Amino acid sequence: MSADRHDITVTVNGTQYRRSVEARLLLSDFLRHDLLLAGTHVGCEHGVCGACTVIIEGAAVRSCLMFAAQADGQRITTVEGLAPDQDHLHPLQESMRDCHGLQCGYCTPGILMTMKAFLDETPAPDEAQIREALSGNLCRCTGYQHIVEAMQLAAERLRGSSL
Amino acid sequence: MSTRSFGAPVRRNEDARLLRGQALFVDDVELPGMVYAAFLRSNVAHARIRSIDVSAARARDGVVAVYTAADLGDYWAPGPLLVPPPPIKDTVFNQRTQVPLAKDKVRHVGEPLAVVLADSRYLAEDALGDIAVELEPLPAVVDLEKAGSSASATVHDDVRGNVAAHVRQSRGDYAAARAKADRVIARRFHYDHGASSPIETRGIVANWDARGNQLTVWDTTQAPVFLRNGLAAMLGMSERQVRVIAPFVGGGFGPKIMLFYPEEVVIPWAARKLNRPIKWIEDRLEHFFATTHERGQTHDAEIALSADGRILGIKDVFLHDTGAYNPYGLTVPINSQCTLLGPYVIPNYDSTFTAVFTNKPIVTPYRGAGRQHGVFVIERLLDIAAHELNIDRAEIRRRNLIPPDAFPYNNEIIYQDFAPLSYDSGNYEPILDKALQMIGYKKFLAEEQPRLRAQGRHVGVGVACYVEGTGIGPYEGAKVQVQANGKVNVATGIGTQGQGHFTVFAQIVAERLGVEVGDVDVVTGDTDQFYWGAGTFASRGAVVAGNAVNEAAKAVRQKILKLAAEHFECAEEDLEIANGEVSVVGVPGQSVKLGALALKANPMRGAVKPGTEPGLESTQYFGPAGGATASGVHAMIVELDPQTFALNVLKYVVVHDCGTVINPLILAGQIHGGVAQGIGNAFYEQLVFDDEGQLLNASLADYLLPTALEVPHMEIAHTVTESPLNPLGIKGAGEAGAIPVGPLFAQAIEDALGLLERNVELNEIPLSPGRLFELTAKLR
Repeated sequence: MSADRHDITVTVNGTQYRRSVEARLLLSDFLRHDLLLAGTHVGCEHGVCGACTVIIEGAAVRSCLMFAAQADGQRITTVEGLAPDQDHLHPLQESMRDCHGLQCGYCTPGILMTMKAFLDETPAPDEAQIREALSGNLCRCTGYQHIVEAMQLAAERLRGSSL
Repeated sequence: MSTRSFGAPVRRNEDARLLRGQALFVDDVELPGMVYAAFLRSNVAHARIRSIDVSAARARDGVVAVYTAADLGDYWAPGPLLVPPPPIKDTVFNQRTQVPLAKDKVRHVGEPLAVVLADSRYLAEDALGDIAVELEPLPAVVDLEKAGSSASATVHDDVRGNVAAHVRQSRGDYAAARAKADRVIARRFHYDHGASSPIETRGIVANWDARGNQLTVWDTTQAPVFLRNGLAAMLGMSERQVRVIAPFVGGGFGPKIMLFYPEEVVIPWAARKLNRPIKWIEDRLEHFFATTHERGQTHDAEIALSADGRILGIKDVFLHDTGAYNPYGLTVPINSQCTLLGPYVIPNYDSTFTAVFTNKPIVTPYRGAGRQHGVFVIERLLDIAAHELNIDRAEIRRRNLIPPDAFPYNNEIIYQDFAPLSYDSGNYEPILDKALQMIGYKKFLAEEQPRLRAQGRHVGVGVACYVEGTGIGPYEGAKVQVQANGKVNVATGIGTQGQGHFTVFAQIVAERLGVEVGDVDVVTGDTDQFYWGAGTFASRGAVVAGNAVNEAAKAVRQKILKLAAEHFECAEEDLEIANGEVSVVGVPGQSVKLGALALKANPMRGAVKPGTEPGLESTQYFGPAGGATASGVHAMIVELDPQTFALNVLKYVVVHDCGTVINPLILAGQIHGGVAQGIGNAFYEQLVFDDEGQLLNASLADYLLPTALEVPHMEIAHTVTESPLNPLGIKGAGEAGAIPVGPLFAQAIEDALGLLERNVELNEIPLSPGRLFELTAKLR
């Protein structure tokens, strides 16, 4: 079998990677197993659960629905790129912790990236908007209530920090 | 003084790692030379295997090995029976457990036939297509009632009538009670049940270290110790040679307690045979077939009442769908049988069930574990009785509650833990009162509902009560150890799947040893860190392991005080422990840090005196005499669109009593999540099988898990009735949220649409807009 391969260059969390990838390699598998950025989780591989969400050029994208080759030349942020450093969490992460917005934590990276993109666009959301934005990410542990509260708190903190 | 953390809404120790994407899950384990597994699974529900030809797959580039049942040789054996049937007289139990790879027959869609090991998962899946399988299809056993007829095919050739089990339990004399009754109500109830669908599917990595003569297995299990013991036995190794690690696990909810799944048998064996690490990660499609379900009971139930609505007795005969095999024994149907009794005085009870083999995936406990089936039956019977006797729905419940002076209350039948079903403690009426007050029950019925109905809106209220047997034995253990840096290490044998064990166990230790919660490092689910234990099931982690942690921490506290008293040459009573150090009360400057004491307790010279041990460390165990019975009431106001049957929850209230609360924030999270799963179960999730045993909706696009738009905001309140069965007074809380949601939905929807007045009853779960349309057809 002669695999159709592509040479790609992607920038993930500010680091540039050059790799040769099989055409059929999913972006989620590329991030997790080739770049060893295993914080991006895979829950369904058919684009429903949202666990694999990453931010590509500012937009929240399900990395299981893209091939790695399609990300050639693009800038990607994964959950590993969210916190400013090892000693501090991003306000989204801090708020999730303060509000107990995660239990098993498996869906959490996808939720953080979805909501990061959402709050960038909608800095002062009401509860209905948060629930709508969150509805593409499945969480089986929390019943969402604490996540919604965390996002309200995170939005406040982010607005405060940008003043 | 340290801030008191026990009982406080402390932030979780484990969160930072999870939020940064740094927590280790099974699929994150990468080892040099790893090969990847994919399983070929049956695409029909019932067939004889004529032949399996793997030669083309073995010849494919990148394929390392392909195995079928024949390759397993003497290692091939049916799995263990995890829970033997309880000692109930005249019980019939036909043990038929799952096999590692199918040999003669396949008995459900998704049953594994062969495994491919290759250089990548992509290549392994390619090679599955190279395997030629010849199957001779047989009629599938799908329908519960037809399964018992003599004309039915048999899932197991030697089990006539597909009877997996038959059990009868009774108390009092139902026939006599019925003869005296003013009213007898008989109905048929059907409760279907879905898949737990954790967002992390199952997975396993096995690494055979030939030099160290040790097998290490990372597994998404809820029971690492059982898995270690079983693997050692199967592989002919001593237990010390097998290390099982359940790292961070992405949700469990019951099916991850099941063992041995076929993959758990095959992957470690192959890793040793090939002398290479192997990874298998279940994909979502596989999960719908390869991970166990909980599903399917049909009850023919009858309630005998006095005219004033007092329960004189209940008779119930039900069928339980156990799927193709029954490795988990009778836990689920026994839970249904027992939990039907609820918080009520039911002096006469006659319950019989038949568990039935079908050609569907295996049924084992999933959050609630059959309890919701029983609760559905009793709560529906009471709703219908209230309607027929013209008694308020809340009032008929109140009249039948077990009074607070009746505890311990013995129901005189046997529970899943083989002990008599005895409720340790409870005070039910205040819970009901609080729920009614929070939902605004009286005002809603008297004012709001008539007002909204006059506007053409269809709103209704529901109230449902339940009990939950939690915290069963046998035991758990914990080791607590003060480290030289002053931090405290805790190790326990249970696995963790998001329950907050890293924090609640730390809170218990912090309380005893005067340290910060963040300075307590908890390790769970690594059999090399803690040898003994059972697992995370039956809402028992906080109760059983929590009390073991408490006992160990108390013993370490004694060691600390003894050593410090020697150090200061004072009496232990003159010492206090706080802020990570021991101080002499009233003598400023006289203090020593716990880390320094730990070093002192492990001397480099001199001798450890006979009868003492080095270190500030203790290992203790706790096994409760019986399960602690939690209880609660859920209430809901719902609005339905009478055309589309779209449903909107306007208000949802939970009042819950699980004894002492360690961390109210974590407890609220457990309740929220349970309710969300209950809502999915009640109105959105249904596994749809056709009459050939094919699951028609095996994707998350078609099997509808509730999203943030379907799960409402919940208001939660607690009452506290401590359990006398453990020193901390804790009862479990893991499953309570999910248990009463089905009957709550049925009742509230009936009320919203005025169905009982028009002789339509909702006696089945799950409901859905489509199903409501069908059930109300006669009204159009």
